[in-house]
Amino acid sequence: MTKTTVFSAKKIVTMNPNRPEASHVAVREGRILGVGDLSELEVWGEYTLDERFAGKVLMPGFVEGHAHTMEGTLWRYVYCGFFDRMDPNGKSWDGLKSIEAVLERLSEAESKMDDPDAPLSGWSLDPIYLDNKRVTRQDLDKVSSTRPIGVLHASGHILNVNTKALELAGLMKTGINHPGMPLGADGIPTGELYGPDTMTPVGVHVGFNRSLTDSDEQGLRDFGKLCVRTGVTTITDLAARLEDDGVEAMLRVTGEPLYPARVVPLKFFMGATAQETVDRVLELKEKATDMCRLGRIKAVADGSIQGFSARMRWPGYHNGAPNGLWYTAPEQLAELYRAALKADIQVHTHTNGDEATEMVLDTLGPALKDVPHPDHRFTLQHCQLADGAQFRRMKALDMCVNLFANHHFYWGDEHYRLTVGPERALRMNACRTALDTGVPMAIHSDAPVTPLGPLFTAWAAVNRITASGRTQGEGEKIAVSEALRAITLGAAYTLHMDDEVGSIEVGKKADFAVLEDDPREMSGDALKDAVVWGTVQGGRVFAAADL
Amino acid sequence: MIPVTVVGGYLGAGKTTLVNHLLRNANGLRLAVLVNEFGELAIDEDLIEAQDEDVISIAGGCVCCSFGSDLTAALGDMAAMDPPLDHVLIESSGVAIPSSIVNSLVFMPAFRSDGIVILADAETVQKSARDKYMGDTVTRQITDADIILLNKVDLVSKVTLDATRAWLQVQNRAVRIVECTQSTVPPETVLDSFIGRVRTGGAHLEAAHLDMLTLMPTGAVDADDLAAALADEGAGLVRAKGFVTRGDGRKALIQVVGRRFEVTDASDDKADGVVCLGFRDVMSKAALEVLV
Repeated sequence: MTKTTVFSAKKIVTMNPNRPEASHVAVREGRILGVGDLSELEVWGEYTLDERFAGKVLMPGFVEGHAHTMEGTLWRYVYCGFFDRMDPNGKSWDGLKSIEAVLERLSEAESKMDDPDAPLSGWSLDPIYLDNKRVTRQDLDKVSSTRPIGVLHASGHILNVNTKALELAGLMKTGINHPGMPLGADGIPTGELYGPDTMTPVGVHVGFNRSLTDSDEQGLRDFGKLCVRTGVTTITDLAARLEDDGVEAMLRVTGEPLYPARVVPLKFFMGATAQETVDRVLELKEKATDMCRLGRIKAVADGSIQGFSARMRWPGYHNGAPNGLWYTAPEQLAELYRAALKADIQVHTHTNGDEATEMVLDTLGPALKDVPHPDHRFTLQHCQLADGAQFRRMKALDMCVNLFANHHFYWGDEHYRLTVGPERALRMNACRTALDTGVPMAIHSDAPVTPLGPLFTAWAAVNRITASGRTQGEGEKIAVSEALRAITLGAAYTLHMDDEVGSIEVGKKADFAVLEDDPREMSGDALKDAVVWGTVQGGRVFAAADL
Repeated sequence: MIPVTVVGGYLGAGKTTLVNHLLRNANGLRLAVLVNEFGELAIDEDLIEAQDEDVISIAGGCVCCSFGSDLTAALGDMAAMDPPLDHVLIESSGVAIPSSIVNSLVFMPAFRSDGIVILADAETVQKSARDKYMGDTVTRQITDADIILLNKVDLVSKVTLDATRAWLQVQNRAVRIVECTQSTVPPETVLDSFIGRVRTGGAHLEAAHLDMLTLMPTGAVDADDLAAALADEGAGLVRAKGFVTRGDGRKALIQVVGRRFEVTDASDDKADGVVCLGFRDVMSKAALEVLV
């Protein structure tokens, strides 16, 4: 006889309108056998009553629809961010409010290193918050002049290095003429490197190489811990190279008996033709397991807004910067969409600027005429600048959207002041418009770009407060209940997984976020402070405190 | 240093055909072709000797490698090849900005730029440059070019061809435009490593309205002045390469790609002589000889 466990809770918030709240949930074989009060569940026969959640609130396990598992790997480097942030082991690192504080933390880490030649690596630096003062190689030389040092910016698009690192890369010289490598008064690089062209050749000397985007086994395990601490039970890895080694490692780690999160890795459309990519993903789909959902594609249309590489419609960037870069040509995207629709493979497409969004809409429309595919759920990721007309076209094409709610908090002020100006900044990540238009919507963190934490993401969408404390875009706020749906069923829908996860109802995975508070009863501005006890994933209990 | 030529142009302009043409006429030159992805580059099957995941070996010692998203790493591999390569050709993607690839060579001390060659489809280039999405990218590729291979000229009328040439000249005043069909140009046009080699095949210079001649200096010359003069539009050159002796007796290597030129020190054993590839109707031996 299969064992049944019945969990009691102070409250179970199901997200199922037929039974919005309950006191007990029965779990068998990692799935939900029933939700109700104890007497209703007794019809299922013998059970063990587990009362450890008697004082807790259970919600459907959160679904993070846009993150990168490399966050787990980055935590082995020194955290240099402005905001407080929790690491996989539950330690909260204080945000650093000055360059001096950054140097101090790096020095502390440096003093603990044994190998004198090993590189020292930091991450999540953001000079925007440090009075926009630039970090120089001389600054980092104060930490060490003998070992190479590199600190990656929060955006991931800039790297600061010290003199030793430049030496190792053969760049401690004059006469370098490259837009991504500013020079000091002495004609020698300042140590600030912009974009992959300059970051890659120096990055290898300071611990940042390209394969960083494929998290290693330890990184993936650490990432799992972060999921438990934030209530996440299903998470995407939204652009992995997914070569054989990486896939094997991912299957191995997610297959470990105590791995706590279902990982949904998307194959990056890059360096192979559309048909090759689709064929590869069909092959990967065969290897998919319950805990590792291979079988989807991620394409990238343009760059980032704060990096001025997003493609903007008229009138372009607020500060007059030239239009950004295409990463994929419309013809290539058209080919991918057709091939993927034929093969029944879902494609998520990164767009930031509104011209990129327009291009995707213009491209998917004809593809769907050629290859009609009901319920395709092709999803626009970020889609930060879309306006009302574009949301109406998304609706007409049956697209989904996953908006970057966290971005609004972290870079909203910058967008208002510099990149897109006040009017367009107000409409960024237009959750209200998406819902009113009827476009299925999720919201995301893009961890490690911003910290993983669906309740924070929900808070960001509800309040639209920027880092400086301004409310930006009153008209695009959404209700707490809508935000909670976006981080559960909403995100599950964009992954074609809403039949399995996203709500607590019979037949679904026994995936719960275990909370100390009921977020629906907290005021919207306190949402981010809801305390996460841990998770239940596939019926297995993971307490954050025990990790 | 290994010379690197960046070959760009929008999708369908004829880049793959050009690469096959060059590989077929490599004539002993060890050429490496770096492509973003193999799928796009249909290497003619009869050229392939062996193939593994990232490298295709071509008859005659050439190789073709896909670099995916990491060009820097691929170039690192190329620099380490044994026996060493003579030339690297990077086929940039249809949306790439070629000058940013050339800019990044500054971080790869083993390489030097041999210029940007852009293929333009005579039939469609103006339309592509007006495209709602890709227009500015296509225009940027054209303005980045040192040499434009105006391809598929057989498919357009003389009037259209003249108008397209004029339009290209407006976009990029000093660019050298070489007309061709099916991407067939003398290999020297694309890769300076071919200059001065004995030719065995490839496209005929005549067909491309080109000529090649060798300037033999009669004595010492000012290498910088000479290089600048050869790069001047009026001289009618596409490329030039060769050695001269300076006033102080030192040898110099002159390399000219379109309007750009470079003069570097050379070893004493080099024999004087500068090979010039230019437009038959414009380049004048008499006028050039005045310079030396």
